[in-house]
Amino acid sequence: MLETLFFDLFAGLSIVAGIGVVVSRNTMHSVMFLILCFFNASGLFFMLDAEFLGIVLILIYVGAVMVLFMFVIMMLEVNVAMLREGFLQYLPLGGMIAVILLVEFIAAANSGVFTADVHATAAHLAQDVNNTKEIGKVLYTKYLLGFEVAAVILLVALIGAVVLVIRERKDAKYQNINAQVKVRREDRVRKVRM
Amino acid sequence: MIDLTHYLVVAAALFSLGVIGLFLNRKNVITILMCIELMLLAVNINFVAFSHYLHDLGGQIFVFFVLTVAACEVAIGLAIMVSFYRLRRSIEVEDINTLQG
Repeated sequence: MLETLFFDLFAGLSIVAGIGVVVSRNTMHSVMFLILCFFNASGLFFMLDAEFLGIVLILIYVGAVMVLFMFVIMMLEVNVAMLREGFLQYLPLGGMIAVILLVEFIAAANSGVFTADVHATAAHLAQDVNNTKEIGKVLYTKYLLGFEVAAVILLVALIGAVVLVIRERKDAKYQNINAQVKVRREDRVRKVRM
Repeated sequence: MIDLTHYLVVAAALFSLGVIGLFLNRKNVITILMCIELMLLAVNINFVAFSHYLHDLGGQIFVFFVLTVAACEVAIGLAIMVSFYRLRRSIEVEDINTLQG
């Protein structure tokens, strides 16, 4: 069946790309693998009738966040070989924790709790249902407060990022607004007797 | 027919990959941030899958918020990294010990 085929494609590729993110030697390759992973995840979103979020994932993650990553990686001169030291040192501990997590998650997913009543409603929505419109209807009414808080968080992050990386150059001249405002006539004008 | 379970297993695999990546790349802050992104993506897949199978749009709204917070976190994290790099010329996690934590 076509749907199963596409699910296998998207899921398999996203997991392979995830492995690539973790094990690739070059950080830039990791970013590329993460982009592949996001594309496949957005394919999964499309299969789940979440078209808006699929597009948002591509536009925001691939278009903005990953480009930010690339920008920073290219800007910093990082010694990759030094960062790779001790890569396999933590493999036993990390692998053990990850495998335990995976087994627990899969056991929970297969426990039957999630399959009991969802079979009946698993069908796809009709073609004329507009996912973006439906999300908008809920987002701007029921979740309006959350939406506004998210906007404030974005603003804080924007200002915070600018404040963190801004650098005043020593050799450039800046206006001192405070001094400009506080200036008095006596500071500037000098009477000279001719 | 694709079950909810299939999606949950995919998300679980991605989340576990993120966890193992956190352990393996303990020195590289950029890769750590990327592994966190991977884990958040797994959570998002779970949210969307539940939203679809339970016919509740709330899950997709929460993905929206998770995306917002993840974007903020990346922006702030990378900004901290850049300003730290200016200070020490390095982004190794072991060098970040100014606070003696």
